[in-house]
Amino acid sequence: MRLTVPGRLEAGLTAADGDVVAVIGPNGAGKSTLVRALAGLVQADGHARLDGVNLLRVPARDRHVGLVFQDQMLFPHLTARDNVAFGPRARGVPRAEADAAAVAWLDRLGVAELAGRRPRQLSGGQAQRVAIARALAADPRLLLLDEPMAGLDVGVATSLRLELSAHLAEFTGVTLLVTHDAIDALTIASHVLVVDEGRVAQFGTPLEVSQQPATDHVARLVGLNVLRRGDLLRAFSPTAVTVDVQEPHGSARNRWPGRVAAVSPHGGTLRLVVRTTDGPELIADVTPAAATELGLTPGRAVWLSVKESSVRSYAAAPA
Amino acid sequence: MRTAPDPLGRPPALLLVPAALATALLVVPLAAMVAAVDWPGLPAQLRSEPLRDALWLSLTTSTAAMLVCLLLGLPLAWLLARVDFAGRGALRALVTVPLVLPPVVAGVALRTAFGRTGVLGAPLEELTGFSFPFTVWGVVLAHVFVSLPFVVIAVEGALRSANPEYDAAAATLGASRWTGFRRVTVPLALPGILAGMVLGWARSLGEFGATITFNGNYPGRTQTMPTLIYVTRQADQDAALALSLVMLVVSVAILVMLRDRWLVTP
Repeated sequence: MRLTVPGRLEAGLTAADGDVVAVIGPNGAGKSTLVRALAGLVQADGHARLDGVNLLRVPARDRHVGLVFQDQMLFPHLTARDNVAFGPRARGVPRAEADAAAVAWLDRLGVAELAGRRPRQLSGGQAQRVAIARALAADPRLLLLDEPMAGLDVGVATSLRLELSAHLAEFTGVTLLVTHDAIDALTIASHVLVVDEGRVAQFGTPLEVSQQPATDHVARLVGLNVLRRGDLLRAFSPTAVTVDVQEPHGSARNRWPGRVAAVSPHGGTLRLVVRTTDGPELIADVTPAAATELGLTPGRAVWLSVKESSVRSYAAAPA
Repeated sequence: MRTAPDPLGRPPALLLVPAALATALLVVPLAAMVAAVDWPGLPAQLRSEPLRDALWLSLTTSTAAMLVCLLLGLPLAWLLARVDFAGRGALRALVTVPLVLPPVVAGVALRTAFGRTGVLGAPLEELTGFSFPFTVWGVVLAHVFVSLPFVVIAVEGALRSANPEYDAAAATLGASRWTGFRRVTVPLALPGILAGMVLGWARSLGEFGATITFNGNYPGRTQTMPTLIYVTRQADQDAALALSLVMLVVSVAILVMLRDRWLVTP
């Protein structure tokens, strides 16, 4: 597949049946444009071959592409069952048959008991399950999920992620999963497509992308610090970074003075964004106890250091 | 319920006085009319045959016009709201012309088109022997002509405010444009569509200029309530007041219905 949305996106990728491709990248990078172009909702040039047919020449309704919207877009006037039955019925399946199929899909997504509810009576997680059921019930060859976990509570997102992973493993077509969450990309996906500024920055397996991010932007997305030294990229985890308020003594060769720019919760730890004096922004994870003890609030002058043994060096991909 | 003092200060008299005048201007004539009604004689007035004929004609023709407006106006509104084509702005402007046109002029225009010698009226009569003017159908036609713009504009607004992403979702699920229209677009815009229909109905009910110009004033056939009131007014002031009261009650009832059912709820 190679497609161009003039002024917004230029992307190419190849995927086989059963592949789950995570699409990651910053906001405005073109992730949603890619998905909408494949679904036929945005005009695109190029070709996107699916079973030998160029999707881009087929109207949206005939593409057999399932799209799960970020905000679900469940039809508010229809019950969950009627939402899921909408696809089959639109393709001419008799009502009773479509309803039965819809209930079966809702059951697979674990929300069969909500079949009679309207979307506004569903929680975010429930609505997203119904939306996924609706997309799958239309029997797509290509499944597009546009940030399905966005806007959900962390707990809900975690359980939905596990379920989604199981359903995608059963799905025989190709899946594109747009996410801004590295966890989605690394746990669910078989491939990761990194989009940045309307271009593909990297395409590889989760292992390749997470261990050898091609750009420091990718690195930040997968939660790594990456520094360029000549033709080498040097990556290290924020958990490997030591934070001190005074210049550290000891064996760490890599040390940077700087100031805390931001502090945010990150799982059970706090993630510091530190603007170093010589330029690059680095991230460091510290325990809440350490943060309190050292008084790590924005503006605080700190020293970051990392042991050489924690740094992975690899050749930078040609840009 | 007491309102808290406005932290921005009291409304200035320069604005309050004209606002009060505006309110008086709108309310006083209606109140004066209600006060002038000959209440003891009202029941007899209301039983008069011309009134019942005219009221019935007004209600039926307005309802018929509303249905025609829906049948023709909804597709046009959808086209304006959902399809991008060259000349869309021009078409919308064209549709709104009857909105600002004096109804008498509308009647003259209808005559020119659908009169016995009109560009459409002449061939129509030649082919079928039927012609619009001076018939119930002429009344409906005049009503449709003046009400359709209201319906189209209101329904287009309703369709525009319904999120087009739902149409997109329907398309990705394999729905044709027609299926999407039928099963998604219309149900979602239904409150606005109904409000537009009631608006058109009310406009038809009050229609006078185009109707009388196009159809004349034949009791039982083309004499609608507004025409009857106009004619009665010249002979019998009390009867005209009674008729006007009926129209006022019907109009206020529509307004209340609109407010409660559709205008307030988003």
